[in-house]
Amino acid sequence: MKIGVVLFPGSNCDFDTIHAFKEVLGKPTVPLWHKDHDLQGVDAVILPGGFSYGDYLRSGAIARFSPLMQEVREFAAKGRPVLGICNGFQVLLELELLPGAMLRNKNLKFLCRHVSIKVENEKTRFTRKARKGQVLNIPIAHFDGNYYAPPETLKAIEDGGQVAFRYCEPDGSLSEASNVNGSLHSIAGLINKAGNVCGLMPHPERASEKILGSEDGRFILESLVESL
Amino acid sequence: MKVRILVSFKDSVLDPQGQTVRNALHTLGYDAVQDLRQGKVFEVELAGVDRAAAEKLVPEMASKVLANPIIEKYTWSVIED
Amino acid sequence: MHDEKTLRQHNVTNEEYALIQSLIGHDPNLTELGIFSAMWSEHCSYKSSKVYLKQLPTRAKNVVQGPGENAGIIDIGDGQVVVFKIESHNHPSFIEPFQGAATGVGGILRDIFTMGARPIALMDSLRFGPLDNARNRSVMEGVVSGISSYGNSIGVPTVGGEVVFDECYSLNPLVNVFCLGLADKDKLFFAKTEDVGNAVLYVGAKTGRDGIHGASMASQEFGEDVEVKRPNVQVGDPFKEKLLLEACLEVMARRIIVGIQDMGAAGLTCSTTEMPAKSGQGVDIDLDQVPQREKGMTPYEILLSESQERMLIACRPDQVKAVQAAFAKWDLDAVEIGKVTGDGQLKCRFHGELVVDIPVGAVVDLCPAYHRPLAEPAKGNAAAADVAEPADLGGAFKALLSSPTIANKEWVYRQYDHMVLVNTMVLPGAGAAVLRIKGSKKALAMTLDGNGLYTQLEPRAGGKIAVAEACRNLACVGARPIGVTNCLNFGNPEKPGVMGQFKEAVEGMSEACRAFDIAVTGGNVSFYNETEGVPIFPTPVLGIVGLVEDTDTVVGPGFKDEGDRILLVGETKDELGGTEYLKVVHGREDGEAPSIDLARERAVHEVVLDAIESGWVKSAHDPSDGGLAVCAAECAFHSEGRLGCEIDLDGAGPAERTDARLFGESQSRILITASRENAVLIAGMAAERGVPASVVGKVGGDLIKFSRRGKAVVEIPVAAAREMWMSAIPDFFAKK
Repeated sequence: MKIGVVLFPGSNCDFDTIHAFKEVLGKPTVPLWHKDHDLQGVDAVILPGGFSYGDYLRSGAIARFSPLMQEVREFAAKGRPVLGICNGFQVLLELELLPGAMLRNKNLKFLCRHVSIKVENEKTRFTRKARKGQVLNIPIAHFDGNYYAPPETLKAIEDGGQVAFRYCEPDGSLSEASNVNGSLHSIAGLINKAGNVCGLMPHPERASEKILGSEDGRFILESLVESL
Repeated sequence: MKVRILVSFKDSVLDPQGQTVRNALHTLGYDAVQDLRQGKVFEVELAGVDRAAAEKLVPEMASKVLANPIIEKYTWSVIED
Repeated sequence: MHDEKTLRQHNVTNEEYALIQSLIGHDPNLTELGIFSAMWSEHCSYKSSKVYLKQLPTRAKNVVQGPGENAGIIDIGDGQVVVFKIESHNHPSFIEPFQGAATGVGGILRDIFTMGARPIALMDSLRFGPLDNARNRSVMEGVVSGISSYGNSIGVPTVGGEVVFDECYSLNPLVNVFCLGLADKDKLFFAKTEDVGNAVLYVGAKTGRDGIHGASMASQEFGEDVEVKRPNVQVGDPFKEKLLLEACLEVMARRIIVGIQDMGAAGLTCSTTEMPAKSGQGVDIDLDQVPQREKGMTPYEILLSESQERMLIACRPDQVKAVQAAFAKWDLDAVEIGKVTGDGQLKCRFHGELVVDIPVGAVVDLCPAYHRPLAEPAKGNAAAADVAEPADLGGAFKALLSSPTIANKEWVYRQYDHMVLVNTMVLPGAGAAVLRIKGSKKALAMTLDGNGLYTQLEPRAGGKIAVAEACRNLACVGARPIGVTNCLNFGNPEKPGVMGQFKEAVEGMSEACRAFDIAVTGGNVSFYNETEGVPIFPTPVLGIVGLVEDTDTVVGPGFKDEGDRILLVGETKDELGGTEYLKVVHGREDGEAPSIDLARERAVHEVVLDAIESGWVKSAHDPSDGGLAVCAAECAFHSEGRLGCEIDLDGAGPAERTDARLFGESQSRILITASRENAVLIAGMAAERGVPASVVGKVGGDLIKFSRRGKAVVEIPVAAAREMWMSAIPDFFAKK
């Protein structure tokens, strides 16, 4: 088994993600350079957080044109697993591997804090180690995490069970306050119809060791590893 | 040739930045301000392109790269021939 | 010969001009004058401060690099070092808060990674005017979002700092930015060129007309044709800097360069003189090769531009290709602009003409040091001791919790990514930030501290207390101090009273650093912090780094378990001068600064550190602004279960006044909690060492309660108190 983490110029959670898979979970993990056309035979591709290309046009908008993204598209089309975290999620939206788009947070400020998210769909390869409705404590750190999709898209997402995670209160209930960035339907993470592409704004790699205050991110990382 | 492309949120998408600016203007007494949408401006210099070619090229660049069609719309104009 | 006006515009005195003439052997042309003007400016040369800065202890066993390089370096064992420094960006942040603060972050990051260290933490010490003023709010909003935008984007966590409010900072906010990096001891790099024939490479952003200070004033000398817009505000590009960071660390790790320096203040001038000066060489630069963003730039402008995100590299001729390839990988150009020469001269050519020819040694090392006239600074008096004790101490307590200096700073730090790089163990809000060192049991702690009002009232005490309090913050998380950097924010040094404050504050800091056996490895002096002739409070800000040997021992400020005993190590005196209480409740900023006994201070820290390392301590926090009452309240707010406390104010110290016991800011005190059994052990250990320590209360319940002589004097539910403390700052911003 081998995990690949894509390095875009401006990625800054790339080595945190590699650390989580390699040092914490003990799985072989390699960096994948955005200019290459080589996935090095990995079994899963992770698009990490950060500010690819400075997020200068829109978050994730320029990274989508990186040479390696052609291979990632094909990889995903074959049903192989792709996980986008934060900026990686934004790239997946720009790539149209997941539906919708991100707007600026509702308070118009960057937001870094621990949040509670609820596992909505536990039957995916990214959530199988969690229970349905389980509340995970995982940090977010983003400016553009206010999820938007047109009504018909949103309906399709809900009907198809594509909502993987929602922002919630620690007890699992939904509220205006717990929907920290203003996302439609409190959406924190999505999965595609085929179930192999997942994107989420919270950072599981920042919640994978006790010393960092939470290990809940491991439910997600370990689910993926176990599915390979 | 120089073209200007204006990208802004679609009317159906909430524009919190624009709302904030509008509220600020109201606070300062500019009550005439009814609505305000914020957007981005791109000024692009094109070489070896005539108007007909620009008509094809600019919309392609705008819809593929400069704007995200899910949330944004664009308009464009030639500002220098 | 330049006229009087040109010299004044360049801030060069007639005596300095005569010295320049004799050092370079000819009348300097305008470009050469500009070079001396920039390099001999207060900011670059420390000409008013260096005679005093010499007193600071700069040597210790663990010091790898003291002052004089881009940043200081301290050995932390196991082949690793920490590289850290603090710098001010006060004036730019007032002119353009967002870009001023953002470029401050960019600059300090470059200081760290030019030395071969990967930056792993940022902190900021910020001071603004009161938030009821819209302009102050907008400065604060801009500064915080500037820091947030740069630090978050480049991916270095902003893990802590301080935010203080006072009227004196209204027209002169302070933005002091600290960065710390981690490196292997054998992989450090320095600003040098080494041998003759080495290539000089320019990397990073193109040069524009940003930040040319002397130039903009002397602009009539250039004629009408170049009189285009000259923005003085530098604009930061964190994305470019991120690429530069990765590319620089890569060429350093591969050892394909010999020296490197960033172009900060004085830009290309600074790096093209300091690097050869360190190696006893010169350089010959072709200015036409310097990548330029604007057309028609003059040699003066190219040499003195302060465009951001640029570096100068020296490498062997056979390494040039490899360096260029490494930068190309990150989409950056590395352009050869000159060669290292053996004549010790900075020679610059422009359109084939020699436009600068001056000895680098004269520029870098021979700026005169001034013994500016000193006067005894104005000091506080004992008058504050007479204020009437308010009948409603509970009301005073609430007023303090809502005072922005004391209130929760979440509004600020939630805008900062404080977790990226997955090292942050203690999140912002505690007195010190703690970061684990991956692959070891060790952790680094760091804190920024200073108190302008204390320093105003008694400069020497202010200097000592800044060091003591920073070390105390470290002790509270279980870290021992290992090194110091400081940022000294003062008024106009040409005023004898200001210089007197500076001298005494530096002496106080020196004494305190010696008492803690720690060395100052560098920092920054920011003079001329005044507006309309009124200086800010003299504000020395100390950045102190500490080491924790075992991450398992780290403690936080929050109460842990119901029934735990609360101990006060140290004692409370009748000291109200310069306190936040006196300011908020009585509207006065006077009195005498709290007294400080450095031996006692250190003994208190040792007791707490030994108790922490023995595993006896469940929480630790030090009373500072707002005294014991605010300290205890913060322990309750930080506790996961929002546990309250009951504290008996009668014990622990000679203070007569109840308000002094609650809100006084006596130094050398730490409030800790422990189980009943361990509290006895801690008290016993303290007694053996002659350090006062006594159980003053108990953790539990949902009230914060203080009593005196058997009677409750303050009693408020934790939830209500927390709400005031949490909402104070956001309310100011919501109101507008």
